[in-house]
Amino acid sequence: MAKALVVDDSKTIRNVLERTLREMGYEVRQAEDGRRALEVLESEAGEFTLALVDWNMPVMNGLEFIQAVRSDRRWAGLPLMMVTTETQIEQMRTALEAGANDYVMKPFTDDIIRDKLKLLEIWR
Amino acid sequence: MAGQTETFTTGGGRAADLTAENYRFLQEHLYKASGIILEPDRNHLLEVRLLPLLREQKLVSLNDLCALLRATRDPVVSRHVVEAMTTNETLFFRDAHPFQALKNELLPALVELHKDTRKLSFWSAACATGQEAYSLSILLLEMGLADWNVQILGTDLNQQVVEKARAARYSQLEVNRGLPAQYLVKYFTRQGQDWELKPEVKRFTRFETFDLRSSMAHLGPFDFVFCRNVLIYFDVPTKRQILEGIRGTLFRGGHLLLGSAETTIHLDNQFRPRSIGSSVFYQAP
Ligand SMILES: C[S@@+](CC[C@H](N)C(=O)[O-])C[C@H]1O[C@@H](n2cnc3c(N)ncnc32)[C@H](O)[C@@H]1O
Repeated sequence: MAKALVVDDSKTIRNVLERTLREMGYEVRQAEDGRRALEVLESEAGEFTLALVDWNMPVMNGLEFIQAVRSDRRWAGLPLMMVTTETQIEQMRTALEAGANDYVMKPFTDDIIRDKLKLLEIWR
Repeated sequence: MAGQTETFTTGGGRAADLTAENYRFLQEHLYKASGIILEPDRNHLLEVRLLPLLREQKLVSLNDLCALLRATRDPVVSRHVVEAMTTNETLFFRDAHPFQALKNELLPALVELHKDTRKLSFWSAACATGQEAYSLSILLLEMGLADWNVQILGTDLNQQVVEKARAARYSQLEVNRGLPAQYLVKYFTRQGQDWELKPEVKRFTRFETFDLRSSMAHLGPFDFVFCRNVLIYFDVPTKRQILEGIRGTLFRGGHLLLGSAETTIHLDNQFRPRSIGSSVFYQAP
């Protein structure tokens, strides 16, 4: 079964994303910051097929998380999608260069997440 | 427009007021002007879609609107009624799979076929706000065809959406849908809250108003035609006529792409269905 990690410091956003992903058939884990997310990845190594990541979070932000994931061979192929309120082209470029596969701007709808993930699955 | 919702209610009243005769009048008006079939009992849809027009025309009810149309035949109001009743929902790289098949198979084959003339021509029929045409344009640029002679014609009955397609300017919500971020950063510039396509993407495209029920004799020949999510609104004779017309605009062996719920089967037996990846394309003889 496909398993996704949702990383966001807002519980509300985590729950909204979790519901959408469950409807798409994913099993979902949550983490409230980048550090916690790395711990979850460690403890269930190699099993995740997707991570949705917020940018601004305490302790370890989403960009640092993506850099950490991409510099670790175990997770080199993990599809990462940033979901954030940051909407400047430069920030988007930074996230993509750090290794994000795609980027969703908040506010988002279920459809946006679904369409993006479909594309990510097919085009990768 | 993309993302419009139809959950709006006015608390009853207006829709219920619409007389059966006026309902038929609006059905006929829409059918004559667009070919779109309005099912019975869609009063709520009529109400939601036409309410902005009622306000703009300072009318109280849909019956008043019918009276105005009958009395004046005002071409602008007439057109606005039809435009309000069209569903213009679309998004970049809609359904994803057909674009994957284009990128991996159909476009490379076309590039090979036309490598001497370096000329490609496409039609996005019923293009709505243009995302389909621009998705194709981006794919072609990604294939390194910037210096080819590429023409992508986008047409729609609705003048307002054609103007929006020409403007090539999209809201954050629209670029969030279906468009990979790597293309957003590469092919768009920020304009205030909106995003505008760069000239290189626009350069391949041209947008015109066109009713699919009119003669297509002056169009084409095209290598490939998109006609997605519009035949569903028409009756069988209209579907047949449009498919036959499109067949005539295609080069021999050219392909047609329909919406995922549409087919040529039982409508036009000259097109040959071809499965590529997870999509079906219809090849002209
Ligand atoms: C749902 S949109 C489809 C947009 C796009 N092809 C897609 O699949 O994403 C349907 C479009 O068909 C247009 N349309 C309806 N009747 C038409 C007609 N008779 N001739 C041309 N376009 C028509 C509408 O204005 C609307 O923009």
